[in-house]
Amino acid sequence: MNTSGFFVTGDPMIYGADVSIVLATVAIIASLTYLKKWGWLWKEWLTTVDHKKIGIMYLLSALLMLFRGGVDAILMRLQLAVPNNRFLASDHYNEIFTTHGTIMILFMAMPFMFALFNMVVPLQIGARDVAYPALNAISFWFFFIGAMLFNLSFVIGGSADSGWLAYPPLSEDQFSPGPGQNFWIWGIQISGIGSLATGINFIVTILKMRTPSMRLRDMPLFTWSVLSSSIAILGVFPILTVALIMLTIDRLFGGHFFTMDAGGNPMMWVNLIWMWGHPEVYIVVLPAFGVFSEVVATFSKKHIFGYASMVFSMIAIAVVSYYTWVHHFFTMGAGADVNIVFAICTMIIAIPTGVKVFNWLFTMYRGRIRLTQPMLWFCAFVPCFLVGGATGVMLAAAPADYQYHNSYFLIAHFHQVLIGGVVFGYLAGLYYWWPKLFGFKLNDRLGQWGFWLWQIGFYVCFMPQYALGFMGMTRRIYTYNQSAGWNMGWAPLNFISSVGAFIMGLGFIFQVWQILYSIKHGERDTTGDAWDGRTLEWSIPSPPPAYNFAVLPVVHGRDAWWHQKEEMRIEDYKPDPVKYEPIHMPKNTGIPFIMSCFFFVAGFGFTFEWYWMGIIGLIGVAITLFIRSFQYDTDFYIPVDEIERTEKDLRSHGSFHRTAT
Amino acid sequence: MNKWIQYSKYSFFSLLVAMLVTGCDRSKYIVLDPKGPVGQQELDLIIISVILCAIIIIPVTAIFVYILIRFRDKPGNNAPYQPEWQDSKVLEIVWWGIPVVIVAILGVYTAKTTINLTKPPVKDVKPVVVQVTSLDWKWLFTYPGQKVATVNYAVIPTGVPIQFVLTSDAPMNSFWVPQLGGQEYTMPGMSMGLWLQADKPGNYFGSGANFTGRGFAHMQFRVKAVSQADFNLWAAGLKKSSPALTKAGYGDLSKPGNVKELSFSSYPKNLYENIVNKNGGIYYHHMHNMGDSMEMQKTTMHKHNH
Ligand code: HEM
Ligand SMILES: [Cu+2]
Ligand SMILES: [Cu+2]
Repeated sequence: MNTSGFFVTGDPMIYGADVSIVLATVAIIASLTYLKKWGWLWKEWLTTVDHKKIGIMYLLSALLMLFRGGVDAILMRLQLAVPNNRFLASDHYNEIFTTHGTIMILFMAMPFMFALFNMVVPLQIGARDVAYPALNAISFWFFFIGAMLFNLSFVIGGSADSGWLAYPPLSEDQFSPGPGQNFWIWGIQISGIGSLATGINFIVTILKMRTPSMRLRDMPLFTWSVLSSSIAILGVFPILTVALIMLTIDRLFGGHFFTMDAGGNPMMWVNLIWMWGHPEVYIVVLPAFGVFSEVVATFSKKHIFGYASMVFSMIAIAVVSYYTWVHHFFTMGAGADVNIVFAICTMIIAIPTGVKVFNWLFTMYRGRIRLTQPMLWFCAFVPCFLVGGATGVMLAAAPADYQYHNSYFLIAHFHQVLIGGVVFGYLAGLYYWWPKLFGFKLNDRLGQWGFWLWQIGFYVCFMPQYALGFMGMTRRIYTYNQSAGWNMGWAPLNFISSVGAFIMGLGFIFQVWQILYSIKHGERDTTGDAWDGRTLEWSIPSPPPAYNFAVLPVVHGRDAWWHQKEEMRIEDYKPDPVKYEPIHMPKNTGIPFIMSCFFFVAGFGFTFEWYWMGIIGLIGVAITLFIRSFQYDTDFYIPVDEIERTEKDLRSHGSFHRTAT
Repeated sequence: MNKWIQYSKYSFFSLLVAMLVTGCDRSKYIVLDPKGPVGQQELDLIIISVILCAIIIIPVTAIFVYILIRFRDKPGNNAPYQPEWQDSKVLEIVWWGIPVVIVAILGVYTAKTTINLTKPPVKDVKPVVVQVTSLDWKWLFTYPGQKVATVNYAVIPTGVPIQFVLTSDAPMNSFWVPQLGGQEYTMPGMSMGLWLQADKPGNYFGSGANFTGRGFAHMQFRVKAVSQADFNLWAAGLKKSSPALTKAGYGDLSKPGNVKELSFSSYPKNLYENIVNKNGGIYYHHMHNMGDSMEMQKTTMHKHNH
């Protein structure tokens, strides 16, 4: 085993990271031991199969990764703030934009989305859990272990530096030797398998686990968005898995799938990665559309406008998104015919997307709009996404894209849709469902500060980048004005852009502060229905008991809870007498956690091409799977008296609505 | 708090306005300042797409702001409230219809321009061929007609369609000269065509646009457009005064590193073809837009010939 060059050295930032990793680990171990919390950690979190807890773990990881990716962004913007800057060397800058892109899409957006899936979907459809609770835990731990493996590359072995989509031949052994690129492959591979399983899990959950009286056409729109997003996951994540395996074979075993010199073809990779990559951006934005649909209806006190057309447009987006991938390489010479077809498909996808905006607006029309925090983020989303969508259509015009491709115009466009669409959407979801999961609201004043700093920072950061694109600035350059004596006048706009990045960073700090502050001082919610909601999740206490619904709810049509509340307001409303029955629940299991630890070992081994270690890891994975298949005692019943006790408890302190009526 | 929000709104909008006003020196925005027919067609398409998009976003934003103000949940707001209103076939047909029309219009223009750009911009002038090879981290230009070579700069005659044929002897890059027109990938083992043309003399900024590693940021080059007579003079001058690019010289050149502008009076025969074939071109037998033999096909120059 060769360990020279094992630890990355030679940079103060990395020493800082080393020290803080060691200190944080020591601190965590020490405090867990001191507080005697190891058992609690194991029982309540590491082995949990409760979708709500898994959702919370996803959420925490996503916020952490947003921080990591954000620090990367700030470092890049620092480097680009002035011309001829020597703050970051080229190699370092290249590692940073690669990790930034990878982390933001795969280890921030994806887990944030899965956090919302897990926190909300079973509650919205009146289910007690997801279809495969243990698989759900496996998915989470695969994601987590993949993310950790990828992040480790910062201090051990070095990070990937060939871009977040790793085009060969640059990403092949010849041009990117060493563990960095392998970290990227294995980090994504492991978490990608988890994502695929989550997609399957939620398709089955939504189709099979709904409370019996809920028809498909009664489903809340967020659930529909999760369904369409999951179907897209099911379609494209296998492509990613296979492409990564092929690249692994190229790198570790001298294959030639993606190198021309033995008859392979790098263009095949570019096609494969974008067949996954383009639908991927719709995978992450569809649930944001779902969030907005819930938020707008709730805070306009109205039914969503044009439900059928909303559902249709989401399905249409999921389907058409499979047929647009070539717009990422119009300049790869596929020929005029191919380019035209993909250009028009790309424009077509803008139609259902635009229609959704109209439907949201007319949901607000003749409503009563409350500008709560989730609604604020929606209001910020509308103009941002309109402009981002418009620049997307501009990019879709293939010959025009010959001028935008790989320029800062593109960078501005995709940040506008990814931040304006995905991040704003998930933040709206976070604020909206936070009281449900935690039982208190997040402080409004700090939230406003965070919100406005994000907004100002966003436009200051990204609007100048459109202009920089028109000025000929290409992406992924670590410095400018240095070579060939060209002074293109890029400096002032770059400086403004960097200022914007810092303002956004400040906004994020306010949000973290807001969360910490609200844990102590946030407005407690005892009603379970913090916003006067419309869908089933608001009909149970906050935070919900482990089994969610003591009795499976009966729904008649859409906005089930809203209509039930209307009934309850009628003078002589008599609640049906409740009769509890024992509830069937899955048991906690340590298998998912242990299995993913083995997968970590395998990934680490293959990253360093220590095959013995990789194989030990894989054997470990196989053994845990084997053991799991012989576990028959995986579930239990919650007895009626325990349900009665829990419900009484939850409903006694405070004015929970059912007791109130 | 509210005051602060007001204040930040104002400063934010004034900043936007300031940026627009100060940023109007058009010559800095080279994409919007084309110097040839290819760049011009692309700019026209850009302008059409901006107008078509504006037709949607401006009214929608206005409606949005109006609705937001009109239907706020404020005490005393007497705007109508219709919580059960959730369907209107007419409205929905309108907003499915408008984008369909817009996409149809833009689609037609896009298709037209796409096809146009696969052909030489002017038909009655004999094109000049320039072979482009992206290396780690520099640009090599070889002229099969003139038998000269340059590094990090290219000279072209004005008013003449230039057939750039592109490949790479390093990772995949992209060849981009914004004022002349859009880019095209350079790929190892493949040869691709890109038509560009300069109508005015001048020095045009060019750069690699697809990331290729450490020295990528320095892969900028100059395209110098001169009159046909000056072009001939320049080539003849190189022939006389510059050193030859030898096989060994090319070997050095293709090692990773950045260099300044270089000129060569000649280059090894079939250098470009050999680069393509060495990197895998041999697997694609009928790839014939490579240039030295000057057998150029007339159409589908954007097309892969494999
Ligand atoms: C929060 C503020 C953010 C800032 C200031 C920022 C800034 C940047 C910068 C400076 C680059 C590198 C441009 C280059 O050198 O080519 C970049 C690339 C990228 N960003 Fe962000 N970013 C932010 C958030 C996000 C988010 C939220 C996402 C995704 C959800 C994202 C996804 C990406 C991707 C995919 C790339 C491309 C990386 C690559 O070139 O390989 N960014 N960003
Ligand atoms: Cu795409
Ligand atoms: Cu090719």
